[in-house]
Amino acid sequence: MVEMVNRPYASAFEAYAAGNPDILCLSADLTSSCEVDGFRDRHPDQFLSLGMAEQNMMSFAGGLALAGFRPFIHTFGVFMYRRPYDQLMASVAYPRRKVRLMGFLPGVTTPGGMTHQAIEDISVMRSIPNMTILETGDATEVESICEAADSIDGPVWCRVLRGAVPRLFDTPIRVGEMRELALGDDVLVVTSGICTEEAMRARAAFAKAGLSIRHLHLNTIKPFDSAALLDHIGSVRHGVVTLENHVTEGGVGSLVAETMADAGVGKRLVRLGLKDTYAHGGSRPYLMRYYGLDALALVRGIESLTGQEFGITEDDLSSARVDDVHSLVKAEAL
Amino acid sequence: MQNTKDTAEVALGIRRRVYEHTIRNNGGYLSQACSAAEQLAWLYNEALTLGEPTLPMVPKPFGGVPSADNPDYHTGAGYNGPATPEYDRLFIAPAHYALVAYATLIEMGRMAPEGLEMFNKDGSSVEMIGAEHSPGMEVHNGTLGIGLSTAAGLAWARQKRGEPGRTWVFMSDGEVQEGQTWEAVQAARHHGIENLYAIMDVNDQQCDGAMSSVMEVGDIRRKFIEFGAACVEIDGHDLQAMRDAMAEPHDGRPLIILARTSPFHSMPILEERFPRLHYLRFKSEDERARFNTAIAKDLGVDPVDYTH
Repeated sequence: MVEMVNRPYASAFEAYAAGNPDILCLSADLTSSCEVDGFRDRHPDQFLSLGMAEQNMMSFAGGLALAGFRPFIHTFGVFMYRRPYDQLMASVAYPRRKVRLMGFLPGVTTPGGMTHQAIEDISVMRSIPNMTILETGDATEVESICEAADSIDGPVWCRVLRGAVPRLFDTPIRVGEMRELALGDDVLVVTSGICTEEAMRARAAFAKAGLSIRHLHLNTIKPFDSAALLDHIGSVRHGVVTLENHVTEGGVGSLVAETMADAGVGKRLVRLGLKDTYAHGGSRPYLMRYYGLDALALVRGIESLTGQEFGITEDDLSSARVDDVHSLVKAEAL
Repeated sequence: MQNTKDTAEVALGIRRRVYEHTIRNNGGYLSQACSAAEQLAWLYNEALTLGEPTLPMVPKPFGGVPSADNPDYHTGAGYNGPATPEYDRLFIAPAHYALVAYATLIEMGRMAPEGLEMFNKDGSSVEMIGAEHSPGMEVHNGTLGIGLSTAAGLAWARQKRGEPGRTWVFMSDGEVQEGQTWEAVQAARHHGIENLYAIMDVNDQQCDGAMSSVMEVGDIRRKFIEFGAACVEIDGHDLQAMRDAMAEPHDGRPLIILARTSPFHSMPILEERFPRLHYLRFKSEDERARFNTAIAKDLGVDPVDYTH
């Protein structure tokens, strides 16, 4: 059974930030929701409550960083860019302040519906000059996100998972390095965040069905190493499928599309994710099924790309446990 | 930095420079010089503790925006001296006052008069809406309402580190229409930020015209106090009133000085253009000539010869 890690951010942030006087923990009334309540209680000198006032918080953080502090802002991702976008631009991104934007509940990981779901944040952040974008896909990445983010000479946007998070990887985030999870030669699958676990599930089913998958996991979305991606695209027969917990416009799918177009790659691309739609409130598995973000959606996407049907059913996918896949990763590629 | 001029002379010098620039260029932010000259003169000549400028008297051209590929990037803050613990910092929150702020730097001997000739010229760092690379600027404030928040963050940081220097914001009254201003004040109070100071040019004007016609803001002194600031209201053309305002106790809270001003102060002919005073562009050569003559007389200078 895959290891589930409970609240990995809580302990990881405290381990990284406690005792480093230049790091400040900022919160906008979502302190326990972002797993920093323990840090607040044990390290009040490094904690700043800024209330439900994100516009001020963003510029205030810019002022703190101007003085040499490195603020880690904790709130739901969606509250950190939609309302205070102007402040994010003028007070943080333009002057390259070392503000670490820890955005919780990416995409459909919240049942909170449209107002709580950051579904276009990567698109927005990719278009902001000076911004770095990191996304966590498992407990190990959540545990290493603080150090990775704090290594950036400028602002950094992080999609952080909370609560019970599966451990899929053994090694921490290395900024700028994609994870090569499988090195097959039929289809390239590129995933990020919670969709990587889905793809691992689908991959096991495809292995049984005789299709060889090459699988990349992206934790660094900007800046992006297009040369490495192009090498992988050149190594597969059919083409590329992307799967992301985000709208298909402006996120990982667009990133791959732009990379292919810029290089004149003549292979097909299937982009999976939220298809020009808002989501609504519901459980994560329900939403991932309803909006086509799960392993089954990936199977259909790969079938569309290859023009073949593999007879993979929901039962095949649910029986393909992530722990099996995890060991397969090691045998196959790493 | 000692200035041989007194503060009233600096204020007059600011108005003369902005007047001359506006007539010569057939447009400018002239009413802002009417309302704010005493405030900026007082800040630079009396209130602020600033070191010697660290940037060249004649501003360098635009040197690119901040990016990982632009390691030599710097802001225009060096015109206010070094950002070391003992010195004060100043943000010009309404960056539209840049012309007046640049004129102040010249009057204070912090920038050469040639700097103003670069105003709003392509490739120049002396931008029309002050950018953070413009002389005397340290952060972008062209989007109104963000200055006080940024200053609050900086002030909190400096207070935490025990730095003696204060953080000042020059503000405009239109900014009280932005919710962020109130967020900043409540945060400053909540966190006991008492090394934060603001002086606000309350000239009752905004881009569309008189504030009362655009969005009534009510008793802003009362509002600032309720949100947690110490706040005093003064005649913004009375230098002694500014000095006296600094005596207002503000333990654990910022001090905000509301400087009530006239947008035509010392240039009564400007009233002809009320209520559209935000940016003055002459409607005819005749109007330009009349303003040239009238304001020259008000300011005790010769009219500008702009014909060649």
